[in-house]
Amino acid sequence: MSNTNVSMDEITMEDEKAESMIKILIRSFIKNKLALASFIVLIFLLLIVIFGPWIAPYDASETDYDSILEGPSLNHLAGTDEFGKDVFSRLIIGARTSLSVGFSAVLLGAVAGTILGLLSGFFGGWIDRIIMRTSDVLFAFPDLILAIGMVAILGPGLKNVVIAIAFFSTPSFARIIRGETLEIKQRLFIEAEQSLGAKKGRIILKHVFPQTVPTIIVYISMNVGGAIISAASLSFLGLGAPPGSPEWGAMLSASREFVGQGFHLILFPGLAVFITVLALNLFGDGLRDVLDPKTRD
Amino acid sequence: MGSYIVKRILGLIPLLLAVSFVIFIFVHLIPGDPARMMAGRDATNEEVEALRVSLGLDKSLVEQYFVYMKGLLSGDLGHSLRSNVPVTELFSDRFLPSLQLSLMSIGWAIAMGIIMGVIAAVFRGKWPDYLSTFIAISGISVPNFWLGLVMIQIFAVGFGWFPAGGIETWKSYIMPSFALGAGIMAMITRFTRSSLVQTLQEDFIRTARSRGLNEKSVIFGHALKKSIITVLTIAGLQFGYLLGGSVVVEAVFSFPGMGRLLIDSIQFRDYPVVQSLLLIFSLQFILVNLVVDILYGIFNPKIRYN
Repeated sequence: MSNTNVSMDEITMEDEKAESMIKILIRSFIKNKLALASFIVLIFLLLIVIFGPWIAPYDASETDYDSILEGPSLNHLAGTDEFGKDVFSRLIIGARTSLSVGFSAVLLGAVAGTILGLLSGFFGGWIDRIIMRTSDVLFAFPDLILAIGMVAILGPGLKNVVIAIAFFSTPSFARIIRGETLEIKQRLFIEAEQSLGAKKGRIILKHVFPQTVPTIIVYISMNVGGAIISAASLSFLGLGAPPGSPEWGAMLSASREFVGQGFHLILFPGLAVFITVLALNLFGDGLRDVLDPKTRD
Repeated sequence: MGSYIVKRILGLIPLLLAVSFVIFIFVHLIPGDPARMMAGRDATNEEVEALRVSLGLDKSLVEQYFVYMKGLLSGDLGHSLRSNVPVTELFSDRFLPSLQLSLMSIGWAIAMGIIMGVIAAVFRGKWPDYLSTFIAISGISVPNFWLGLVMIQIFAVGFGWFPAGGIETWKSYIMPSFALGAGIMAMITRFTRSSLVQTLQEDFIRTARSRGLNEKSVIFGHALKKSIITVLTIAGLQFGYLLGGSVVVEAVFSFPGMGRLLIDSIQFRDYPVVQSLLLIFSLQFILVNLVVDILYGIFNPKIRYN
């Protein structure tokens, strides 16, 4: 009977903690104006991602050979490309691709890295050694070089870009979650659970994993921006989105041929990447300050 | 100290073996038949087979690995499948430009990063702090290839101050190294600032101040000395970012370096070249981190005994 009481208390405590956490989050975000501004920009981007095809003034693949390489005007806010396609519409449609590639790559890396990190930290021994030595070897490669190597094997395309970026993100997630797990494992309540004979899988899922969630969220939010740049870089090199598709990196790659003729072709897609990544990085910083004050710099 | 360095270097041997093995497997997973590609479209099956035998591609993977390792240890990286030139020769006129580009990038990034970080820490909470923080966050968020394209448009096409590509004069290095170093400069600014802000609150700084030292020598003589270790570590870690970034930036500026060779060789499935390039990129990264480790040990003797 006393047992149920304890867990009931625990639950309400957890709930209160979660509620106050959200309050703290909101309060400190209002105080941190940059984080708030970046949050608004991200909401705006999210709306563009969701409603893109309805917002875009033109069809992104509609050619118009009467208006080729035109600069920005009221008709074409960001000008037109070498086929007369509306750059502004292509940027809006491209937001979907660029953001979803960045997010899914980091999420995939986070899931894989979290599982490996939990196993590594909780079980130790040879499991830990294999996982950590493997990640040491992967850490010996510069990230983008590793991604380029992966895409070389898998072939070009956005799906493989996601896999390649997830692949190089995995070891750092694994290492961070392993460290957290080691620390959580030492705590009294885990030992108590263990001595009560709880199953290991249950302990990991119900007690260790929830404690690592704030770290995972912070780390994801701090990595999405970098992943978007990596994906754009791979598309720029011709290894990602197919040439001619409305993806920001691929648009920049195509714009290279028009240096000197159409600055708008270079300016706007890059600005789109820059603003998105800037907002994500500022938001990630703000989130870290709230959720993980230890690592604040 | 000597034994610490020896221990560090010996510790790298298993890592290097593992890295060479991973690269070997990696490169052989690349789909496509290099023998057919090299023989050309009109080659008969017999010709392709003969070429495969002469390249040693008919042997088992294990055998090929030992041949590759034997060559590697004697400094023979094999021949390019594309041009049949020894890989070492192919690298000889590309390695130096890339190295110079990396050194220039990291050089200005460290110098500017420290200066901006110091300014931000000294004027903490005032406009120079906000300005340098803003520049730093922008530097992390800007894609280096876009920065390169914008600079070409403005400074090469517009003003004609710098060449848009190539490596003919020293001026050709300015824009690529700026594009490549911007992100690292940003990181170093942030870490210099945060490390300095922390150090400035410590007791020995208060002591130095109370001894009547002026603020300049407190910051440069005492506080910054301690922050240098952090800055070095960050610079070492960021070197990987630099190597990866060089591939993209070299593509933007038509820079005849190792990065562009990597992309060209991947497109042609030039196994020996891709293999050696991946090895050299990771080797550079490992070496830089070794040097940082050793310097760390020199600056901070406590670490040596771990």
